[in-house]
Amino acid sequence: MPDTIIAMSLVAEFPPSALSPNACENLVELKDVSFGYTRARKILSGVTLAVPKGKLVAVMGGSGCGKTTILRLLCGQHRASSGEVLVGGQSVATMDREQMFAHRRKLGMLFQFGALFTDLSVFDNVAFPMREHTQLPQDIIHDLVLMKLNAVGLRGAARLKPSELSGGMARRVALARTIALDPQLALYDEPFAGLDPISLSVVGQLIRKLNDALNMTSILVTHDVVESMKIVDYIYFISEGRVVAHGDVPSIKASTDPFVRQFVDGQSDGPVRFHYPAKTLAEDFA
Amino acid sequence: MIAVFDAIGRVGSAVIAGVSRIGYATRFLFAILRHSGPSFMRPRLVIREVYQAGVLSLIIVCMSGLFVGMVLALQGYETLSRYGASESMGVLVAMALVRELGPVVAGLLFASRAGSAMTAEIGLMKTTEQLAAMEVMAVDPIARVVAPRFWGGVISLPLLAVLFSTLGVFGGFLVAVKLIGVDSGAFWSQMQASVDWRYGVMNGVIKSVVFGIAVSLIAVFEGYDADPTAEGVSAATTRTVVTSALAILALDFVLTVFMFRGEIN
Repeated sequence: MPDTIIAMSLVAEFPPSALSPNACENLVELKDVSFGYTRARKILSGVTLAVPKGKLVAVMGGSGCGKTTILRLLCGQHRASSGEVLVGGQSVATMDREQMFAHRRKLGMLFQFGALFTDLSVFDNVAFPMREHTQLPQDIIHDLVLMKLNAVGLRGAARLKPSELSGGMARRVALARTIALDPQLALYDEPFAGLDPISLSVVGQLIRKLNDALNMTSILVTHDVVESMKIVDYIYFISEGRVVAHGDVPSIKASTDPFVRQFVDGQSDGPVRFHYPAKTLAEDFA
Repeated sequence: MIAVFDAIGRVGSAVIAGVSRIGYATRFLFAILRHSGPSFMRPRLVIREVYQAGVLSLIIVCMSGLFVGMVLALQGYETLSRYGASESMGVLVAMALVRELGPVVAGLLFASRAGSAMTAEIGLMKTTEQLAAMEVMAVDPIARVVAPRFWGGVISLPLLAVLFSTLGVFGGFLVAVKLIGVDSGAFWSQMQASVDWRYGVMNGVIKSVVFGIAVSLIAVFEGYDADPTAEGVSAATTRTVVTSALAILALDFVLTVFMFRGEIN
């Protein structure tokens, strides 16, 4: 039985380390990356960031600022208009079909709403990547799936359908599927959205523990400041497609940067405007 | 004058959009064919879709076939009896069903029942990011989701059309022989003598295979190309039914022209 599986099942406590991204080898690098669905409307403009191996890094920012686009660039769903997206030193933009599939086999992605296959049971959802990419016998797959589900506390729900799960349970099943093949790189898209406080804390702790137990590298896209500060090593703030601030958790907490303060303290107005650009009230009511 | 140019421009862009869409659908068909290998390597995937598209359409297709056959016999009797040819009712019912009504009506029913379901299912999988999740897991959604559904449809429709025609002939028999009192021997023997295996039965089967390819392609394409919103999936489902119905009728005309010519020669 692989050591990583045993380690994951034990789910040992690992204290979050807080190294700077430059302190060791980077698994993920974005160098001056720009991207837009049209030339007129840019989503990302000159984003540069790095994620060291083994670290859990959060990318934060308001809705529509381009956070999820970064994940889509990393898994090759979109190609950058300019700049370089490197994973393990290899440029994602220049990969051919075979290389892209090989690249994707090494990563796991948790989608915002889980994206569980609704026609498959919880068990079959987690078994899906194993059946597609390995030649393992069914009894081994059975044991592996139950261990993954055990790690997220849902071994007893193996026979349920996704429609029978609560939002928090569905997110945990999706988490088990994300780590089904022990990926090098885990990408989490808004894993806390819509969760109750208990599920939120459980999912947050699971992400941290799985990252350390499986020796993964993780990128967490979220706008939940409180929960993510408990578990991540480093934070990048994105606004209007640019990195506007970054640092480890203590430095972010101590930051006086107006954007960081507005985001961390949840102020309604500041560098990020509450109101969508419009005429003045007097002009509109004239 | 500007309004005229605007109108010409709008027509031009609509034509370009239509041609591009046909081109995209053709490329999509080639992609399905290219990725069909895995579907047949794992026959369970295709068998599941044959069940979803074919077996679950059995009731509507069989019941419709039965009633269409019964109505054909009733209507046919009124006309044939005027010429003292009511013994030929078997021929009329069988020819109409096997050559035309079987493939066409079964195709229309299939598009409404199974085609719309295929589009809605694939569209919802896209909306809920299940297709994107597959891609990120290095599993090609065309090979895993689209190709099995396409082949499930292509296999199911000819079988459903044969069943439709069979039940239709049986319905015609019930009305003609049991209700009206046409001689049973004349009903079957004239049918056997007049319905040609190649130009009657096989042409009907060929039509149903072509309709199966067209309807299944339209259904999976519309689902895969749907806007990932509730409105987008709804519009795609409607397009599947409308486009499939028009495609079936247009293809039926074209195929009949070729088949009719073959029969004359």
